Amino acid sequence: MTDSNQTTPESFTPEADKAPTLWERFRDSHIWHSFKRDRIAQLSLTVFMGYVIMALFAPMIAPFDPYDPTQIDIMNSELPPSWDEDYGDPQFWLGTDAQGRDLWSTILYGTRISLTIGVCAVLLQATIGIIIGLIAGYRGGRVDSILMRCADVQLSFSTMMVAIVVLAVFQASFGTELYQDLAMLMLVLVIGIAEWPQYARTIRASVLAEKKKEYVDAARVMGLGQIRIMFRHILPNTLSPILVISTVQVANAIISEASLSFLGLGMPVSQPSLGSLISSGFEYIFSGTWWITVIPGVVLVCLVLVMNLMGDWLRDVLNPKLYKG
Amino acid sequence: MALLEVRNLEVSFGLRSGAVKALRNINFTLDRGERLGLVGESGAGKSVLGFSILNLIAKPGRITGGEILFEGQNLARMSARELRTIRGNRISMIFQDPMMTLNPVLTIGQQMVECLLAHRKISRENAKTIAIQKLKQVQIPSPETRIDQYPHELSGGMRQRVVIAIGLLMDPDIIIADEPTTALDVTIQAEIMELMVELCERNNVALILITHDLGVVSQVTQKAIVMYAGRVIEQGPTREIINDAQHPYTQGLMNALPQMAIPGQRLNQIRGSMPTLQKIPTGCAFNPRCDYVMDVCKHQLPGYTRSGNCQVACHMVAEMKRDEVSSEEV
Repeated sequence: MTDSNQTTPESFTPEADKAPTLWERFRDSHIWHSFKRDRIAQLSLTVFMGYVIMALFAPMIAPFDPYDPTQIDIMNSELPPSWDEDYGDPQFWLGTDAQGRDLWSTILYGTRISLTIGVCAVLLQATIGIIIGLIAGYRGGRVDSILMRCADVQLSFSTMMVAIVVLAVFQASFGTELYQDLAMLMLVLVIGIAEWPQYARTIRASVLAEKKKEYVDAARVMGLGQIRIMFRHILPNTLSPILVISTVQVANAIISEASLSFLGLGMPVSQPSLGSLISSGFEYIFSGTWWITVIPGVVLVCLVLVMNLMGDWLRDVLNPKLYKG
Repeated sequence: MALLEVRNLEVSFGLRSGAVKALRNINFTLDRGERLGLVGESGAGKSVLGFSILNLIAKPGRITGGEILFEGQNLARMSARELRTIRGNRISMIFQDPMMTLNPVLTIGQQMVECLLAHRKISRENAKTIAIQKLKQVQIPSPETRIDQYPHELSGGMRQRVVIAIGLLMDPDIIIADEPTTALDVTIQAEIMELMVELCERNNVALILITHDLGVVSQVTQKAIVMYAGRVIEQGPTREIINDAQHPYTQGLMNALPQMAIPGQRLNQIRGSMPTLQKIPTGCAFNPRCDYVMDVCKHQLPGYTRSGNCQVACHMVAEMKRDEVSSEEV
């Protein structure tokens, strides 16, 4: 019996017989080709990697430890950046804040906190949203209606409102002391829980499309259980929308955190995130100390911008309908 | 005892406009190693029958009556957990389009190993060895490397071989093949069909072949069932049905084969089209399209008449048989 090799003559060249390594696969992939051609994607990724490195290695890069009170001298407060000829101090590259902390070190640590909160909140959102979205989409019927109405209710409260209420009540009932210790966890929880419907809806929509496909029938015919079909067969097929909204959602979570901190409900001044730094400097902005607000602001805007640009690029790459020759 | 026995099977779909019977009064048996062809136009209920044997009809459809006895166990009344031990394990199914049935984001190895692990308590390595062995059985060259490839890296024929390998994975007793070669080009169709028959014969697997290709049915199967509008209208040994079709619908199908046409003339066809299930004509469902329609056909559902080794649901055939008997008596 002859094989169907007439239809795939290339399958008999020696290279095709060796399974390509992961790196070779990546090098041949559409994503890599598109990335090589897209300047904006390259720039965004570079900048973003810069942020990640800054965040990861903050303790090594930063000249001072902003959490260590012994390294802070109140006499150094509100010093302008070092390029200011009159008052600049070469020790403090970007100047100092109102408490005399080195702004550059504080920004490094703040980026670390902002990114951690963003990523953790999105992980939480994704976990809740994916599970609920999968179940709603796959089971359909009444389960779907109930879960999606819950999502609608959750969405009708704005994230900021939920966060403000929860955080303010927590602060009032358990005291500021405890709040300062748990601020990061609370922010992750609040932002994570408030935004899960975004994921649940996106995933439900793709599950509805996927579950009509024959491979799901085939999996059921094979005698696989529902959970296995949902998580092992359908979920990987919905990964591209998940990836795309994840980039945008991390950016959103960082913004939410910054806004809450700006309102005094986020990270405490002793452990400032980018948002609380902006907020702490805001009090002095009219006295001419612009750098405490503006520099962390620029850092924050760049971070969010870069993440959104990456999300745009990913969306274009992963959506085959948008292939641009 | 037959391996599979279907008795008075009835399947309905609960639609907004009321329940619609997709299958009515289906009876047949299948022995170990036997090959059965299910023939009929699109919409006759062939695929629904295939799915209902596994009790896998999607909502709003459900089995409303009858029994599906697999080794004496009634699949129609089994719990979901018990059914899972049968599906894919003892009875497996092969679909039409191999591109659609394979999960695009999992390698074929992952899909095969998954199925094995779901049914047997074996290690991942053992499962992989079995998977490679099955791929070898369906004559896939260098299965050790193919197993780590994704479905899109294989050609159509190759993919259908993988699907067959998955069907054979658990050494099932029955394979239900729902138009397994329709999506392939003609040269590959013959190869795949040949391969399936050979594998079924070697492993003593029973095959239910759902198709509208009478040529394939005549070459491959021993028994055939002709369906029309959710009902069996003729069933019996394939050879008898092909050589001496009794029911006007089966005759029409045979005449519609391109080989039966006179060169240079239009192909024969059965006039009209299959009624939708909501509007099945009273009496014999085929009566509006039948050339030999009689009064009785329009208001009485024909019962089954024995003709040779076949069962035929047709008033005309019944009348002819009555005439034969009475003429013998005279």
